[in-house]
Amino acid sequence: MTTISPNLAEPPVPSWQRPFKKLLQPTILLAPAGLWLLLLLVFPTLLILELSLIPGARLGNPPGPYGLGNYIELFKPVYLQVIWRSLYFALGTTIVCLLLGFPVAYWIALKAPSRWRNLLLVGFILPLWTSSLLRAYAWITILRSSGLLNSMLGFFGLPGQDWLNRAPAVFIGMSYSYLPYMVLILYASLEKLDRRLLEAAADLGATPQQSFWRVTVPQTLPGIAAGGLLVLIATLGEFAVPELLGGASSMTVSRLIYNQFLGATRNWGLGSSISMILILGVSISIALLLKYGDRDAI
Amino acid sequence: MSQTVIRRDVAETDTMLDVEMRKVFKVYNGETAVRNIDLDIRQGEFFSILGPSGCGKTTTLRMIAGFEEPTGGEVLIRGQSMANVPPYKRPVNTVFQSYALFGHMSVWDNVAFGLRLKDCPKSELQQRVGEALQLVKMDSFARRFPAQLSGGQQQRVALARALVNRPTVVLLDEPLGALDLKLRKEMQLELTSLHRDLGVTFVMVTHDQEEALSLSDRIAVMNIGKIEQIGTPSEIYEQPCTAFIADFIGDTNLMQAELQTSQGETVEAITPSGLRLWVKPQASLQADPAREVRVSIRPEKIRIGEATAASQSVDQANCYEGTLKHAMYLGTHTHYQVELPSGDMITVFQTNRSSEQLQPGMPVQIYWSASDSLALPV
Repeated sequence: MTTISPNLAEPPVPSWQRPFKKLLQPTILLAPAGLWLLLLLVFPTLLILELSLIPGARLGNPPGPYGLGNYIELFKPVYLQVIWRSLYFALGTTIVCLLLGFPVAYWIALKAPSRWRNLLLVGFILPLWTSSLLRAYAWITILRSSGLLNSMLGFFGLPGQDWLNRAPAVFIGMSYSYLPYMVLILYASLEKLDRRLLEAAADLGATPQQSFWRVTVPQTLPGIAAGGLLVLIATLGEFAVPELLGGASSMTVSRLIYNQFLGATRNWGLGSSISMILILGVSISIALLLKYGDRDAI
Repeated sequence: MSQTVIRRDVAETDTMLDVEMRKVFKVYNGETAVRNIDLDIRQGEFFSILGPSGCGKTTTLRMIAGFEEPTGGEVLIRGQSMANVPPYKRPVNTVFQSYALFGHMSVWDNVAFGLRLKDCPKSELQQRVGEALQLVKMDSFARRFPAQLSGGQQQRVALARALVNRPTVVLLDEPLGALDLKLRKEMQLELTSLHRDLGVTFVMVTHDQEEALSLSDRIAVMNIGKIEQIGTPSEIYEQPCTAFIADFIGDTNLMQAELQTSQGETVEAITPSGLRLWVKPQASLQADPAREVRVSIRPEKIRIGEATAASQSVDQANCYEGTLKHAMYLGTHTHYQVELPSGDMITVFQTNRSSEQLQPGMPVQIYWSASDSLALPV
């Protein structure tokens, strides 16, 4: 019964071929997407970076001497105020979404009957099926001085609110737009919370409130971070809602950039420097998201 | 008021009861998980609830812990009714099957969790947590996180986390189920020494009969939602009340039989295959003739020898000749399968005192006393 054992080893590859083989496959697989990114993301970003370093660059101007003038100009109170306002809208919306979204996600994930869960989630995602522009217009009809909100307030004898074209309308519109994302991410995080940990906490003497603060919240912190950062990233560059609901007094960074490139001022250099600041802010948020966020929930 | 008076009378037996269950029922979605359980667990004892999976033993433990409310009946801890008392107000702590350690806290914080909730003063907290970790030999791991520990180490932390609160009763839900055999043996020894040193009441749920037999003072054997027997390990093993227990605990030869005429303590029984046996009816069994019973004979109670002319005069009630079919040599002892002329197969365990071995195919003689063949209700 002595048979020659079959040689199961792969035939040897000539040594000069090895690095080639190692490189060829990833190159072929990644090339199409890589080219796409290079052409439409990396190259334009580098272009913006160059423009931001040319003070007073505008359409038709020859590339002038390089300098940090555009970035220094950003420290003017007018621009700082816009950057601050954008941050304020973004952070405020994130907090509102967290405060409104957590109880909802908590209830759907842990308390609602399991056969209703998917239906409830779909109900929350449903608004996303319409265009965000359309939803912003809908809020105009609700919030304007003769709109639905004020007629309802009037019906109950309450004073009317003039929120449209002011900060409250921006918060309402943006929170409405991003709440579904927040709920979905928090739900994904809460849903995989180990219930036995809650039993263990109760067993050790924790009241439901104590269990919530000492176990549920710390256990879902990565989900909270993911939801918060995702909403923050999206709202930092938000254009449509502040534009439609915020009015002239609510200029944000994205509107400022728009003005520099396509509006009356046409200062491409300044617009580019603001863009770079926005890219920086979003990049930092994404880095934080990747480090601390719940990867499974995103 | 009248109820408490009655309870005083019951407690006259001088031993304090830590856990009492009175006619406890539990129904899940129309299915009865636990039916009519009556249970007294004495102070300081190591009590095990043993049964196959799905017998309701974990549900019983969860009703003591407070995670499940009984559908009917009542649970008392130290004489106090636990009806509508949430888990966080009960003087019990649980060691969970999967340990359920808090992953976002260090070992120290896990163990300190219960004391911090009770606003324990800082110096006392440090002392007690330190002592608890020392008790389970985990004091050098205090700064680690659960994910950095092995299964056995997590188990120890879970134990410390329960014991540090000095509960009236420690509940253990299959505490060693997730450990490998060697570690399990080690932890069994530690559990018994912990129990002996602390004097706290332990209630353990397990499906491992060997674990229950070796650790417990008393065992309740459960089957399909009912308690079939409560007794010491040797009572459960030597005098099982039902055929289920005889079969579930250890190995046994179970045979259908019909009772015939009695002769003092022992009764003659006849199997459908025509085998006549002398059996001892179990205490609660009415030894009326023509009654269907199940006969249980433990394999290690049966003696086996070569069928030679000299061995004919064995003074035992049950003595049969047969053919040795299989012999499985296991070092310290050998398992034999003997076929009787009636066609019945009898399993016999014999310790290997001499090196001489019986060979399959040999005519053999097996014998055992009447008191070793128990007649149990069907």
